[in-house]
Amino acid sequence: MDGTFHSPATVLPARAGVGLKPEHYRRILDTAPDIGFFEVHAENYMGAGGPPHRWLTAIRERYPLSLHGVGLSIGADRPLDRDHLARLGVLIRRYEPEMFSEHLAWSTHDAGFLNDLLPLPYTDTTLARVVEHIDEVQSALGRRLLLENPSTYLAFAESTWAETDFIAEIARRSGCGLLLDVNNVEVACTNQEWNPIAYLDAFPMAAVGEIHLGGHLEESDAAGRPLLIDTHDRPMTEGVMALYEHVIRKIGPMATLIEWDADIPEWPVLFAEAQRAERVMARLAASLGVRG
Amino acid sequence: MSIATIPAVARGDRDFDRRLGGFSRAILDPDIAVPSGLVGPDGRPDAKRFAVYRNNVVAGLIDVLRAAYPAVRRITGDDFFAAMARIHVAESPPESPVMLDYGRHFPAFVAGFPPAQGLSYLADVARIERAWLEACHAPEAAVAEAQSLAAVPPERIPTLRLRLHPSLRIVRSDWPALTIWRMNVADAEPAPVDLSRTEIALIARPGAEVEARAIPPDTACFLKALLAGAGIQAAVLEGLAESPRFDPVAALSGLMQLGLITGIEDGAE
Repeated sequence: MDGTFHSPATVLPARAGVGLKPEHYRRILDTAPDIGFFEVHAENYMGAGGPPHRWLTAIRERYPLSLHGVGLSIGADRPLDRDHLARLGVLIRRYEPEMFSEHLAWSTHDAGFLNDLLPLPYTDTTLARVVEHIDEVQSALGRRLLLENPSTYLAFAESTWAETDFIAEIARRSGCGLLLDVNNVEVACTNQEWNPIAYLDAFPMAAVGEIHLGGHLEESDAAGRPLLIDTHDRPMTEGVMALYEHVIRKIGPMATLIEWDADIPEWPVLFAEAQRAERVMARLAASLGVRG
Repeated sequence: MSIATIPAVARGDRDFDRRLGGFSRAILDPDIAVPSGLVGPDGRPDAKRFAVYRNNVVAGLIDVLRAAYPAVRRITGDDFFAAMARIHVAESPPESPVMLDYGRHFPAFVAGFPPAQGLSYLADVARIERAWLEACHAPEAAVAEAQSLAAVPPERIPTLRLRLHPSLRIVRSDWPALTIWRMNVADAEPAPVDLSRTEIALIARPGAEVEARAIPPDTACFLKALLAGAGIQAAVLEGLAESPRFDPVAALSGLMQLGLITGIEDGAE
């Protein structure tokens, strides 16, 4: 292994894809929709056998695939779960996804596995730990990881790094790529009172290998300030689409996933969300003279 | 060693780990105060912000149980189910990031949950749902060729050992739990049930779909023996010990028809 993972053997097409849901398996195989790729949560395919694998095998034969982990707990100050890494390795060998991504977050501690993407402080110590963990993942899996920026609801008072600088330094030190979740940018920037355009302008776009879009819920905090919650249960807001345009203007067409994980709609609704993203890419590619 | 001589990174590591430990304990126990230094944009603590994480974790795990135990939920109603699941989640958070595995201990929890004691069959319905989920995700296995059993000379059959499909589960109930489960999944309609009956459920996924059916006690004893590694003869004796009317030929051909025999080995010494 050469220790660098700068050029993945394959890449996702610069098109829109959607999260693959069991509700849509049959429809997808029966109607072969024209869509760029599908993404699955790795942990949902960690059973030994059965229908999920049968469906995914059939769909993967027909479409590019992105594998998205939600359970590796890269941001914890604990050794990575070797069994979980091994399970990811098995899935990657089995399905050979074009991309593998995980989160700048943690979920495992003494209390057990907490089934959410929890935030971490941004300090020199946590930066070093995250980079160590990404090195270990990339070595164990033999491929480059895309790390996703988080949606956050609060900040750690001890943080000394800006989130974008922290992420850029992780990418620089580890050689990992980045998954830019534009909905998370909207959620985190609203909740932290950061300027989302400034956030995107500071984000290390050269490392981005995939984009996520999704819907969020609008709430308010105890002081009555807006508090956005990353629910993935509804269409993207116009605000998120405007930020997405800003990103595509900067980097050109890019594999873009629509995340819809709760209150799953009928297939045409989800497909229409993917088309919203494709229209943005097509329009900007034409105006920028970029071939998508 | 004075604090000044401890390398800064090691000091930081301890603080970092302790910090996330405090965070994780407060998530699972709403009686624990939100850890200090978790702040909103004005640099001040805001309980509603931490509550988002609490809710994501707890509501997310309750949703995992809802999806795994749809009949239990339908029988109890969603409010009762969510309250019961919330207590289980706080007591037994997941040990693994693989959510397919979460809820393994829920049937035992339901069995010991005092407010559910009025629904005496509820824990057995939960056991059936757990067996269904395990069967669904069990390894694949190719079915043994029917001819391979037919080709064995009849006098050798008693010495054979059968490998059964890894998805096969047997759930015994002192209630008609399989019937009750069936009435409470998909589009089925609940109807009056004779609660004096008992049922044994065979649950397996020999092909693409999970199948569930009631089996008689003698067949269950026969299958339990086979699953424990007994040869056909010893397993037949177990079936006959349960009921002298046990029909081993019918039991074997039933296994064949369901596609649950995945290997036939000559067990002769």
